[in-house]
Amino acid sequence: MSHTLKIENLHVSVEGKAILRGVNLTLNYGETHALMGPNGSGKSTLGLAIAGHPNYEITEGSITLDGVDITEWEADQRARAGIFMAFQRPVAIPGVKTADFLRHAATNVRRPDRKEGEDLIPMREFRKELKSKMEQLKIDPEFARRYVNDGFSGGEMKRSEILTMAMLSPKFSILDETDSGLDADAVRLASASIAEIGKDKMGLLIITHHDKLLEHNPPQYTHVMLGGRIVETGGAELARELHDHGYERIRATYPDADAANQQMIAKEETIAV
Amino acid sequence: MSTDLAASTDEFGEINKYDFRTESKAVFKARKGIDAEIVNQISEMKGEPEWMRQYRLKALDIFHAKPMPTWGGDIDIDFQDIFYYLKPTDKQGRTWDEVPQEIKDTFEKLGIPEAERKFLSGVKAQFESEVVYGSLKDDLANQGVIFTDTDTAIKEHPDLVREYFGTIIPSTDNKFAALNSAVWSGGSFIYVPKGVKIEFPLQAYFRINAENMGQFERTLIIVDEGASIHYVEGCTAPMYSSESLHSAVVEIICKRGSRCRYTTIQNWANNIYNLVTKRAVAYADATMEWVDGNLGSKLTMKYPAVYMMEPGARGEILSIAFASKGQHQDAGAKLVHCAPNTTGQIISKSISKNGGRSSYRGLVKVEKDAKKSKCNVVCDALILDPKSRSDTYPYIEILEQDVSVGHEASVSRIGEEQMFYLMSRGLSEAEASTMIVNGFIEPLVKELPMEYAVEMNRLIQLQMEGSVG
Repeated sequence: MSHTLKIENLHVSVEGKAILRGVNLTLNYGETHALMGPNGSGKSTLGLAIAGHPNYEITEGSITLDGVDITEWEADQRARAGIFMAFQRPVAIPGVKTADFLRHAATNVRRPDRKEGEDLIPMREFRKELKSKMEQLKIDPEFARRYVNDGFSGGEMKRSEILTMAMLSPKFSILDETDSGLDADAVRLASASIAEIGKDKMGLLIITHHDKLLEHNPPQYTHVMLGGRIVETGGAELARELHDHGYERIRATYPDADAANQQMIAKEETIAV
Repeated sequence: MSTDLAASTDEFGEINKYDFRTESKAVFKARKGIDAEIVNQISEMKGEPEWMRQYRLKALDIFHAKPMPTWGGDIDIDFQDIFYYLKPTDKQGRTWDEVPQEIKDTFEKLGIPEAERKFLSGVKAQFESEVVYGSLKDDLANQGVIFTDTDTAIKEHPDLVREYFGTIIPSTDNKFAALNSAVWSGGSFIYVPKGVKIEFPLQAYFRINAENMGQFERTLIIVDEGASIHYVEGCTAPMYSSESLHSAVVEIICKRGSRCRYTTIQNWANNIYNLVTKRAVAYADATMEWVDGNLGSKLTMKYPAVYMMEPGARGEILSIAFASKGQHQDAGAKLVHCAPNTTGQIISKSISKNGGRSSYRGLVKVEKDAKKSKCNVVCDALILDPKSRSDTYPYIEILEQDVSVGHEASVSRIGEEQMFYLMSRGLSEAEASTMIVNGFIEPLVKELPMEYAVEMNRLIQLQMEGSVG
């Protein structure tokens, strides 16, 4: 299988303020990319812009999936085309059971032309699949009956996102700090789960500060973001370097991007980037 | 017989699948308007005892004397342009076979026979003004449970009816209670004897079918000591062009240690005034629960009440209102703590969409000496678009120091982040908002019997269709 997600010269603004300033990135199916960078550099913004968040306005550049320009597509169209983002802090949907939500989502993603009101995946079939995926990811079956992300601990949220990814089997997954707020054991479990679900079965863009999440997912490429641009791309060794030594060298090498980054952090109080 | 089965599009462009009507062949139809002659005629047609006729006439005077409520919603009703009584068949059907075909057709569209098959229990259905079909499971009757229409109850159990009728909601309570008292027809009468626990829900369907036909049912439920019952009432009404009025009175008495749950799902057409008075009294250690779902209507004003009369009484009210274009839901609840150690809870959920207006209007009153009483009120409003409106009018009167009363209110617009989250998982905008709304009302829906929960979700879905995008 061959799929390509291509980001070209992407500029993104939030509430009129420029965050991304010309990002170029090509992901192929089966590849693992790590996206690193200091706080406020625009990593999550890139993910949200790819996922189609309406508040993240693409002012220039394009996103293409297998040659089709999806820059103007709504989030649900993108999801049905095979784009997935595991959120850092997914919102709660009180009163909606996780299983019901996943059944709707999986049906739509597998049958992109499905109209509202048309049949969902048969209940029995869906339950069986969900149960086996939950066993595979060592998730308590009780989880399916809980309301979506409602009252979830940090770890539960992350595992729920990975479960969703498993059920939707996207072509490309962006994982936004799926390690944040987790203890060492939980990170290891998340890393192993991502590898089991995603490795070689999709294109992965793993946004992280640390290399722990990459333990089971060694990246072919590591990108460093600073001031809304990808300033450097390397291999797995770059991720290790950044984890061990921080961003001092990067900041020193790209002073303009660093200055832009400082400016963006100052704005961060009002905008989530 | 002509029946229009095709789903038609109402004036607001939304498909209302309940917008079918069966041609009504009334045997007797009073002329329009309300006066002593009409009231006398109604009483005579029913062959009522003199005390009831006098009760009606007195209520008529009260109705004329009472001013219209100056709060709530805008009421513009020409009382002389309404039919107050219509009797669709000359006798009440006892078995399904005896029920006239056109009435059966209406029930079939409403799913009544299915409910009948499923429950094989007490199904009471009100078609226009009178109960035309009812059956009661034998073992209930053997246990001394009375489940009949109120007209029949007056004939068969006159002492019991007379003892309680109008004691909880007197004619003087409000203008519409007075109107109901003057022209009431049909409704359910239930008596559950001491210690009898009815395990399955008793159901009734109500339906307005003739144009300008007011429906004024009168329900009286007496739950004797240690007994329990769950009564379920569902309403759908077809669509008509001129105003219709629905004004019911529901009185419930929960004696010591008894339990009553009264569940209502109402889905009125957009031109109906739904002005209902519902009140229960709960004696020592009794529990009264109102589960009240309001969809549709032009204006609904309804505030189910529980008066906790003796220590240990509990009152719970779960209310949900959905207001769409041209609709005003002024719904809420009343809890009155009259004795020590009484416990009350109100959970109200309202949704406003497409220019609809929903208001929560609630009263919590704690009388002097109702020590150690506890009351908690939670009201959440969800507004789906900027055209819609939600208001909260909480009234709290506390005359006793030693009590605990809590009130939480939240108003939220449908969350942008929630919408994005669901859409990023492949749900369309409409599916995402329907899912959020269904989640919002889940606390109520999960309290409903299964087929009503399914119905409720379907009604919400119909309301939501075409709402976004």
